Amino acid sequence: MTQPPKSSTAPPGPDPASGSGLPTMPGIPPQPTSTGSPASPAPAGEPPRRTAFAEGVDRVRAAATTEPGRLRIIGAVLALLVVSFGAVTAWQATDRASAADDVLHKSQPLSSAAADIYRSLADANTAASSGFLAGGQETKTSRDRYERGIRTAAAKLVTAANNSDPGSPSAATIAELNRLLPQYKGLIERARANNRQGYPLGGAYLRYANDTMQNEMLPAAEDLYKSENERLRGDYADATPYPWAAIALGIVALAALAWAQHRNYRRTNRVLNHGLVAAGAATTVVLLWLVVGHSVARAGLGDSYDHGVRSLNVLHDARIASLKARGNENLTLVSRGAETVEVKPGEFQDKFDVAYKESMQDLADGLTAAQSLADDGAGEQPVRSAVGNMDEWQDRHQQARAADDAGDYQAALNKVIGAKSDKPTGECFDNVDKNLDTALRHEQREFQQAAGDGLDAMTGLSAGAAALAVLGAAGAVLGIGRRLSEYR
Amino acid sequence: MHARRLRASLKGWGGVGAMAVVCALAVAFALLLPHTRPTDDGSTGVGGQGVADGSHAKAEECKDPEDQSLSPSTAEGASIATIKKRGYVSVGVDQNSYRWGYRNPNSTAKDVELEGFDIDLARRIAEDLLGDADKIRFKAIPTNQRIPAVQSGQVDMVVRTMTINCDRLEQVAFSAPYFLTGQQVLAPTSSTIEGYDETLADQKICSAKGSTAYDKLDADRKAGRLPASTDISITVPNQLDCLVRLQLGQVDAVVTDGALAASQAAQDPTVELKGDRFTTEYYGVAMKKDADDLVRRVNRILEDYREDGGWKRSYGTWLSATLGSDSESATPPRPTYA
Repeated sequence: MTQPPKSSTAPPGPDPASGSGLPTMPGIPPQPTSTGSPASPAPAGEPPRRTAFAEGVDRVRAAATTEPGRLRIIGAVLALLVVSFGAVTAWQATDRASAADDVLHKSQPLSSAAADIYRSLADANTAASSGFLAGGQETKTSRDRYERGIRTAAAKLVTAANNSDPGSPSAATIAELNRLLPQYKGLIERARANNRQGYPLGGAYLRYANDTMQNEMLPAAEDLYKSENERLRGDYADATPYPWAAIALGIVALAALAWAQHRNYRRTNRVLNHGLVAAGAATTVVLLWLVVGHSVARAGLGDSYDHGVRSLNVLHDARIASLKARGNENLTLVSRGAETVEVKPGEFQDKFDVAYKESMQDLADGLTAAQSLADDGAGEQPVRSAVGNMDEWQDRHQQARAADDAGDYQAALNKVIGAKSDKPTGECFDNVDKNLDTALRHEQREFQQAAGDGLDAMTGLSAGAAALAVLGAAGAVLGIGRRLSEYR
Repeated sequence: MHARRLRASLKGWGGVGAMAVVCALAVAFALLLPHTRPTDDGSTGVGGQGVADGSHAKAEECKDPEDQSLSPSTAEGASIATIKKRGYVSVGVDQNSYRWGYRNPNSTAKDVELEGFDIDLARRIAEDLLGDADKIRFKAIPTNQRIPAVQSGQVDMVVRTMTINCDRLEQVAFSAPYFLTGQQVLAPTSSTIEGYDETLADQKICSAKGSTAYDKLDADRKAGRLPASTDISITVPNQLDCLVRLQLGQVDAVVTDGALAASQAAQDPTVELKGDRFTTEYYGVAMKKDADDLVRRVNRILEDYREDGGWKRSYGTWLSATLGSDSESATPPRPTYA
C-alpha cells in the first residue's frame, strides 16, 4: 500500500463534489507525457472559436490522445465487458436452467408417460390372454387389469399428444397408436365373444389381436418411448455443458478491471478506486456464483441421470420384457401349436414359446443391468427379489411345459394360471412385476431428488448475474467518471 | 457552453447507457430463447415370424394313396406291446379345429377335455386297444409337426384331419381312410360366390400358408381354370385365421378342406359352404412306418367302428349340422387294402 508512485503526474488533491456529475472546471491539469503524441488540446474556454464541426472533430481526435479521452474509452470498455459478462452469464444460465427445468418437469415426465403407454399396452395384452386362458368367463382380476391397461394407455396418449410438436414423428406415432387402440380392443372383444360361445375362433382372434399388439402397437409405443428419451437426453445435453463463454468473459472482465485499477494507481498513487473495486467485486461474485452454481447443478443433474434415468430405462425395459414373456407364456397355451416358427432349417417350434424364451432372456439381461446400476440398498433389494422371482418362474415354466408336452394340458394350465396351491407361474410374474414397480418408484424418487437439487443450484443465477453486472458496470463507470471529473 | 457540456456528458455516459440497453436486450433474449430439442425416431420392430405350414405336400404321381394300407388284423407285434406296457396310447391331435379336435373353454369338467370327431375316433382306438377309452394321452401338435412327431415316436399315432397322400406315404404309414373330403369354398351366405368357378372373379381368397388349398389355387389360376382377377395373395398361418379375415372383411372367401370349412361354418352362422368339393381327399390315421401290427389293428378297429354305428353317431354329433346328413362325407369311405 505504500508503493512509490511511478507516474510523474499527480492530480489535484481533495475530492471535489464528484457525485453531482457537473465538471468543476479547474485549470487544465498537466498532461501525461508518456504517450509522446503531439498534444493538441482543445481545452474548454479557449478563446479562438472555429466552426462547430471542426471543433467536434478536434474533440474526437483529442479524446484518443488526452488522458480524459483515454479514461472515457477505458470506462466504456470496462462497462461493456462487465455488462456483456453479465448478459452472457444470464443468457447461458437461463438456457441451462430452463433445460434442467425441462428435464425435471417436462421431458422426464413425458419419457415416463411414454414408458407407461408401452407398459400399459403390454399389460393389457397380457391380461387379455390370461383372462382368455381362464375359459369363456374371464376372471375379474384379469378383466380389471386389462381395462386398467387400456385406460392408462388411452389417458397417457392424450398427455403425450398434448406435448408433441405438430408434424413431428412423435405426433405421427401417437396418431397411429390412437388408430390401433380401438382396433385392438375390437379384436379382443370379438375374441372374448367367440370364446364365450366355446368357439376356437376366439383363440384365432386373440392371436390376431396379439399380432396387432406385438407387431404394430408395441413397436410404435417403443418408438415413442425412445424419441421421448432422446428428447430427455437432449435436455440433459443442453443443461450440463460448462458456460465457457460466460466464464471466459468474466475472466477477461476481471483482468481488465485489475488492469484499470493498476493503471489508476500508477497515475494517481491512489491504491483503490472505489468504483472499480465495486465492479471487480460484483464481477467476482457473479463468476464464482456461476462456476459453483453450475458445478453443483451439473453434479445434481449428472447424478439424476446416472442413478435415476439410466436405472429407470433399464427397469422399464425389464418390466416390459416380463410382461411380454407372460403374454407369450399364456399364448403358448391359447394357441396350442396353431403357429410355429422355424428356429433352425427344418426344425419348427411353437411361435409363442420361442417368443417367451426371448422375452425371458431380455428380462434376465435387464435385471442384471438394473442390479449393476442400483446404487443403494433400497434400489437393489427389489431388483434382487425380482431376480429370485424370475428364477422361480423359469423353474415353474419348465414344469408347465413338461406337463403340456406330456399331454397333460390341465396340469400345464394350472401351472400357469392356477390357484396359489398349484404354484403357478402367474404368481412369479406378479411378484416380478410388483418388485419392478417398487424399484421404479424408488428410482423415480431418486431422480426427482437429484434433478431437483441440480435445478435449485441454478435458482436466481441469471437474474442475479444481470443485476450484479449492471451494478458492476455502474461501479466501473462511476470509478472512471470520478477520475475523469478531476480533469474538468 | 450548454451544448458542449451536454456533449461531454454524453461522451461520459452515453456508452454506459448503450451498454445498459444491450444488457437489457441480452437478458430478455436469454429469457425468451426458445428451446429446441432434437427428436430422433429410432425404430426397432418386434417382428413375429411367418410360419411355414408345409404339411399338405403336393401329391406325386402315385395312384390312389388311400388304398395302400395294410389289411386289418388283431395280431400283436412290438408296437402294440410297447403301448400295452406303457398303459396308454399317445395320440397327436389338434386343439383348434372346432368339431374335430378342440378344447371347449366353457367345459365345467374339472379336467378340461378335448372333443370332436377325431377325438371320438382316438378314444375308440384306445378303448379297443387297451380296454379303456381314458387310457389315452392327447398331445396337441402343430400341423407341420405331425410327421416329425410320428417319426420320432413322440406320439404313437396322429389323428388330426390328416390327408393321405403319396408324399406322406414315404414318411409315415396310414390307416385305411376314415373320412372323405375335398377342397371347398366358404363364403358369406349373402355373397355372390357360388362355388369354385368364375364367380370368384375379382374376389379375395384366403388360404393357409403352404397348404394344398393354396397350391391348387395357384396352379388353377395359372392354368386359367380360375379367373385371373382372383386375388389369392392372402395366406395365414392357420386355416382358422381365414375365418377371422373373412369376418373382418379383409377377404371375400376361404378355400380349405371341406371338413375344416364346415368346422369354420359351425362357428359363424352367416357363412356357408359354396358349391361342391373340387378335389377328393381322404383322412387317415398316421403311424410309424414300420408299425405294421399297429396299422393292421387300427384298420380292424376302423372296420368295427363303421359297422357298429360308432362312426355314424360321431358324425351325427359333430358334423351333420354343417356337412349335411346326406352328403358324400356322411358315409364312411369303403376301404380297399393293398
